[in-house]
Amino acid sequence: MSETLHAVSVEVNGKPRSAQVPARLSLVDWLRDDLLLTGTHVGCEHGICGACSVMLDGEPVRACLMYAVQAHGHRVTTVEGLAKPDGSMSVLQDSFCEAHGLQCGYCTPGMLIAAQGLLNTNPDPTEAQIRDAIGGNLCRCTGYQQIVEAVQLAAERTAKEAK
Amino acid sequence: MKAAPFEYARAASLSEVCALLATHGDGAKLLAGGQSLVPMMAMRLVRPAWLVDINEIAELKFIAVEKDMARTGACTRQGAVERDHALAARVPLLRQALAWVGHVQTRNRGTIGGSLAHADPCAELPLVAQVLGARMLLRSGTGARTLEAEKFFAGPMATNVRPGECLEEIHWPAWSWRHTGSAFTEISVRHGDFAMVAAAAQVAIDGDGRCVRAAFGLGGVGGTPLAFPKIAGRLVGTRLDDAAVNDAAHAAATETQPGSDLHASAEYRRHLAGVLAARALREARERARSL
Repeated sequence: MSETLHAVSVEVNGKPRSAQVPARLSLVDWLRDDLLLTGTHVGCEHGICGACSVMLDGEPVRACLMYAVQAHGHRVTTVEGLAKPDGSMSVLQDSFCEAHGLQCGYCTPGMLIAAQGLLNTNPDPTEAQIRDAIGGNLCRCTGYQQIVEAVQLAAERTAKEAK
Repeated sequence: MKAAPFEYARAASLSEVCALLATHGDGAKLLAGGQSLVPMMAMRLVRPAWLVDINEIAELKFIAVEKDMARTGACTRQGAVERDHALAARVPLLRQALAWVGHVQTRNRGTIGGSLAHADPCAELPLVAQVLGARMLLRSGTGARTLEAEKFFAGPMATNVRPGECLEEIHWPAWSWRHTGSAFTEISVRHGDFAMVAAAAQVAIDGDGRCVRAAFGLGGVGGTPLAFPKIAGRLVGTRLDDAAVNDAAHAAATETQPGSDLHASAEYRRHLAGVLAARALREARERARSL
């Protein structure tokens, strides 16, 4: 069966990427299977678990609830795009290691995107604001406490670095 | 969990949407934020032949705060509405309700019009539309018409939007009384899930604390969100004391005919309806008094 292909041009992690995609290809499948950016995880594929969160034009969205064709002309940032230019981990990523904000790691890319989205607009969030920001991301290992602490640690570190 | 194949058209304008709908008829479905439609397509509960994507149409994305109402374009993101301070000042119930809608990621993508057109009887925005008496402007290739919320919602996941019509904008009435307060509350299994029962209320009081206007409604207890204008009308002239509020909430709950499911029996939902309606009315009253 041949499906109509659509041209897409998307800025992914700062680089222009182009492809021909069938309309029903989800954004997360395009990122993982075609661009080999496998940091973004596929969980439930229907918008419940948050594992596939990416930033679209700087705002966290679920990549399983968008078709790749819809990203045409937009900017996408995946978890790979959070690292520093030299490839070393960002303050938030390092804080997740430090505070033990992960166990199996499956939810982690989504958690990082959600938390970075929060810190970008609110560098000094309250615990309640952190919990609200990651409310759409399911973690079955940590009980969330260390994830919240990791985000708090990242906020403190970023504030210190800025001084 | 992959959608069945479909043809895709990215519309650049509202007139293009109308032309595409006219061409493809019932086989076409509008794609707004996709936070409900895309999962339904993934589960193959919906298999449209054509998807008409309205996300790139600038004329459908705006917030305009006017003297006696606020207007929102149908494809305005829920997150954009939530963050708009001028809108929150004129129609505070919208921001109060949006705090209960999904999560940050879904509100960044989900749209106001998409939620209304999806018409889930448990959803928050349809309840706000019903309580405030929002007006929906519908556009087709042959003209435009306006439907009041009461006539817009036809049943669970059903509206009176005709084939060939596209929701263009929504008019949210703003109350002009100085002491106007509103509140939204709900019970769900987890925060961000669909409401088991939701309640919204808005009241206005005069300088003496007497109610000059009241509106309230319930979601999740019928095929559409329900407003209770007659019962709310009986609150006018009272001081909105707890007894009057409880009477109104109880009367409304008695009128509902909720269903039963795994999470809650009809009886429990009706009980919640009374409790939450009273809670929303009391919170709205306290906000009105504090102004």
